Amino acid sequence: MKDFNYHSAKDSKEASKLASSSSAFLAGGMTTIPSMKLGLATYKDLIDIKNIKKLSGIKVSGKSVTIGAATKHVEVSNSKDVKKAIPSLSSLAEGIGDPQVRNRGTIGGSIANNDPSADYPSACIALNATIHTNERKIEAAKFFKGMFETALKKGELIEAIEFQIPEKSSYQKHPNPASRYAIVGVYVAKHKGDVNVAVTGAKSCVYNDKDMSKALTGNFSSSSIDGMDLDSSEMNTDMHASAEFRASLVVTQAKKAVDAC
Amino acid sequence: MASLVGSRVERKEDKRFLTGKGRYTADINLANQTYAIFVRSPHARASIKKLNIDKALKSSGVVSILTGKEIADDKIGGLIAGWAIRSEDGTEMKCPGNPPLAKDNVNFVGDPVAVVIAESLAEAKEAAEKVEVDYKVLKAVTSTADAMNGDTIHEGIDKNLCFDWLLGDRQKVKEAFDKADKVISIDIINNRLIPNAMEPRACVADYNAASEEITLYTTSQNPHLSRLIMSAFGNVAPEHKLRVVAPDVGGGFGSKINVYNEDIVCSWAAKKINRAIKWVAERSESFLTDIHGRDHVTHAELAVTKDGKFLGFKNETIANLGAYARVFGTVTPTYLFGPCATGVYEIPAAYTNVKAVYTNTAPVDAYRGAGRPEATYTIERLVEKASMELGIDKTELRIKNFPTAFPFKQTLVHTVDSGDYVAGMEKAKQMADYKGFEARRKESEAKGKLRGIGVTSYFEACGIAPSAAVMSLGCGVGLWESAEVRFNPTGQVTVYTGSHSHGQSHQTTFAQIAADELGVPIENIDIVHGDTDKGTFGMGTYGSRSLAVGGIAIVNACKKIVEKGKRVTAKMLEANPEDVEFKDGEFIVSKSNKKKTIGEVAFACYLPGVRDEMKSPLPEGDEPGLKETSFYDPSNFSFPAGTHIAEVEIDPETGHVKLEKYTACDDFGRIINPMVVEGQVHGGLAQGIGQALYENAEYDETGQLMTGSYMDYTMPRADNFPEFNIGYTCTHATTNPLGVKGCGEAGAIAAPPTVMNAVIDALGGQEVTMPATAEKVWKACKNLKKSNAKAA
Ligand SMILES: Cc1cc2nc3c(=O)[nH]c(=O)nc-3n(C[C@H](O)[C@H](O)[C@H](O)COP(=O)(O)OP(=O)(O)OC[C@H]3O[C@@H](n4cnc5c(N)ncnc54)[C@H](O)[C@@H]3O)c2cc1C
Repeated sequence: MKDFNYHSAKDSKEASKLASSSSAFLAGGMTTIPSMKLGLATYKDLIDIKNIKKLSGIKVSGKSVTIGAATKHVEVSNSKDVKKAIPSLSSLAEGIGDPQVRNRGTIGGSIANNDPSADYPSACIALNATIHTNERKIEAAKFFKGMFETALKKGELIEAIEFQIPEKSSYQKHPNPASRYAIVGVYVAKHKGDVNVAVTGAKSCVYNDKDMSKALTGNFSSSSIDGMDLDSSEMNTDMHASAEFRASLVVTQAKKAVDAC
Repeated sequence: MASLVGSRVERKEDKRFLTGKGRYTADINLANQTYAIFVRSPHARASIKKLNIDKALKSSGVVSILTGKEIADDKIGGLIAGWAIRSEDGTEMKCPGNPPLAKDNVNFVGDPVAVVIAESLAEAKEAAEKVEVDYKVLKAVTSTADAMNGDTIHEGIDKNLCFDWLLGDRQKVKEAFDKADKVISIDIINNRLIPNAMEPRACVADYNAASEEITLYTTSQNPHLSRLIMSAFGNVAPEHKLRVVAPDVGGGFGSKINVYNEDIVCSWAAKKINRAIKWVAERSESFLTDIHGRDHVTHAELAVTKDGKFLGFKNETIANLGAYARVFGTVTPTYLFGPCATGVYEIPAAYTNVKAVYTNTAPVDAYRGAGRPEATYTIERLVEKASMELGIDKTELRIKNFPTAFPFKQTLVHTVDSGDYVAGMEKAKQMADYKGFEARRKESEAKGKLRGIGVTSYFEACGIAPSAAVMSLGCGVGLWESAEVRFNPTGQVTVYTGSHSHGQSHQTTFAQIAADELGVPIENIDIVHGDTDKGTFGMGTYGSRSLAVGGIAIVNACKKIVEKGKRVTAKMLEANPEDVEFKDGEFIVSKSNKKKTIGEVAFACYLPGVRDEMKSPLPEGDEPGLKETSFYDPSNFSFPAGTHIAEVEIDPETGHVKLEKYTACDDFGRIINPMVVEGQVHGGLAQGIGQALYENAEYDETGQLMTGSYMDYTMPRADNFPEFNIGYTCTHATTNPLGVKGCGEAGAIAAPPTVMNAVIDALGGQEVTMPATAEKVWKACKNLKKSNAKAA
């Protein structure tokens, strides 16, 4: 690992002021530290945001659940409030990686990183989340731009993620047996009026499957998507799963999610 | 005194391991030490056109940079294959040179070309990045099946073929097949695995210029063997000037048998720079450069009568050796594989033919089970298929072909001294509720799931011996084991064993044995191993040999102590030695009932005199002191055996295989510590089930390792397993005084075919290769649905 400067920011303002084109925020370090150690990324400055009080914690209102960006996965999975308001969100957090990762990794780090197989991006899409940054509010649908790419500007800091509480929801993941990231994860959320079917792991970036959403909005039953033949041409192929298998898993996991709602 | 053998004595080593007080190689830091980083080939096959270290030498903190040229100039020898195999045509195997630092050619990704030694690890790393190597990249050979058709990797080794070996009689087999009602044939792949010991390899080398002695601390399963190889072949230092210490070692599974490049280079370089050098592998280096295991491609056939009697067996295997032939690399796919390939059955005619090939991949060598998992997989997949094709119950078919009497002269090599395979099968069936399976299958079906049951009956040959036999077959060393039992004057005991514990609990098991033999409390017994300065010689631990060979050496040395004790007691109590009996730590003169404790005898041996009396307790001819040595060479292997039964449930929509039940019923002979044995069985099962369902080392066609981290190489985790249902039958080994067999590898040997037989049973007989990943199983489920629809 190359030498770098370590800063601990006391508030969002200081954090974003310290940011430059050769810096990164340090949340749990679960992505940043291994990338630096393996020489895949080098930074001049690491700006620790864990000591910014405002970034941690969970708030539940009648309509939404708001989670501070530096809140750890384990805090989300253990939160009684989250369990009550959106149980699927709590179980999603419980299914991330392993205990070590859940004890360090953060929701903000996860969505800022936007790994195509990460779990949280699907929750953001399915639960019509709003990403609060130190500069603005961004709708989830406009936040995830592509593989490891988001709408965040350099130095922009995510402060919190606000999830809309659905009528019913479920997240079903087919994990990569080695890393436990999603080979395919499908987050189904039934809101008043429409249904979101957010898919992670299948393509280069999380997306809302329009066909399944439409079918399920019409009839919220797994039979309405059973046997759907999805186009696999844009789906990922790697040593763990072919595009064809992923296409099939998207439907299977979506059906499971609907059944579990 | 109650016997300790057979009881669940808590592990003496656990206090140290569970409180973070273990002392592993990486924990060792020497004054003024330097740090080594190896510059490794990023290419699977290339010639080195130029190697420039000028820039790197100027990097801060660099002490020295050494390359293949210096190592060649100093005439340091290369790594070796420890077992010479002869081909069917009588020619000797062909092995390429394997210098510790490559000079002209590199042959797998990770092959080291230079070592950078610096004041700190960070500086060594930084400098290593500045070493410039100009490679001419050549086309890599990576496929086991096609290796013989690829470019020649090593000059002069035609078809990349190390040897083409035959065991058995082709003509007899042909005759048997001619008589058969039916021939069952199968094509299987034994997937390549990476051992993944929890502790990565490491070494610390030190040089004392005054005594001219090199001390190497290293992660080894066999420090004396390492010293011998480094001295005799590596030319690093004469044996008396080389001390090899393998302190606590965090798992080996075969991967730490070999002397590795880093051991030789660091030892040699420490002398050159006259400073200590420390090297600790990073996990990614372990993936790339630890020896890998398995990697066979096999076609096998079984000739049967229509009522299910086995008549003949053929086994044609291509075994991947990787880039170089290493210590047990050549014996693993031959003598450890071929003889066991006929399994626990009476098959009158059989042969195994193995073509061992070189490829541009990491060297392949002995990994837990070494050859026997591959053998068991071959025969047990074949027998399972036979049961499907013949329509005979899988357990009945096996029983029908079990030997009926022991000793059982197995078709190819072994004479199995003891066993009761029927009893093992019956008990396993009961434990697994084999009868209730059909009802469980129906329940699964009702949920839309597929359920399968798989059986394996195995035997294995461990504690490889005797020395004269193994050396006659090409082994470079004898495979005896040594022990020294030393009493202190005040009665405590130190037992040196030449075997090595890297997770096997020797400190406890061996102490139990010595405690029973000597009648000394277990707290007063220390087991010492892992240091060439602490014992005369030892062959180390692998092939489940520690107890069946090393443990017996301890028994024999203890018996010599008791014999001397009897003589001394007789002298002290003025009796005949023949009238002295030994029991529970006391020497008793049967006629007078007078006695001496073993502690008193030890004291007398060291302090042989009495105040005011000119009287020695030592009989004429006996010297003072109480220490005895045994070099035990067994008369035969030992042959554990058993039956395992697995049940899986498959979700046809996702291809997910859930291992629902796993039953292991093993015959390990006498069990010294049931808790330790359970641990060994659990660990072996985890690795065997890992091979069947999860683990796979995959190279792409350019020779890059695709599964070079835990993000892609699936190490099984606790939540992948059901609670194991473990039981035993017991027939004592007749070839050793404890009646023990080996237990370290059984799980890894039996589990792969057991699980795969269950998976394939659930899939209606459709073959899938290991590991049975979700996608492969999902595809098979789709095919099954199609063929079921067609049939309907
Ligand atoms: C072994 C392993 C297994 C894993 N398995 C899973 C899994 O199954 N599912 C899954 O979804 N994830 C998984 N992860 C990812 C993990 O959950 C973390 O969320 C992810 O690694 C980010 O880590 P972090 O929160 O520590 O962020 P860091 O590593 O500290 O930061 C990551 C990136 O996000 C940026 N960043 C962090 N916080 C903010 C912020 N508030 N505002 C703007 N930018 C920010 C940083 O600048 C950096 O570029 C796994 C990770 C590991 C190491």
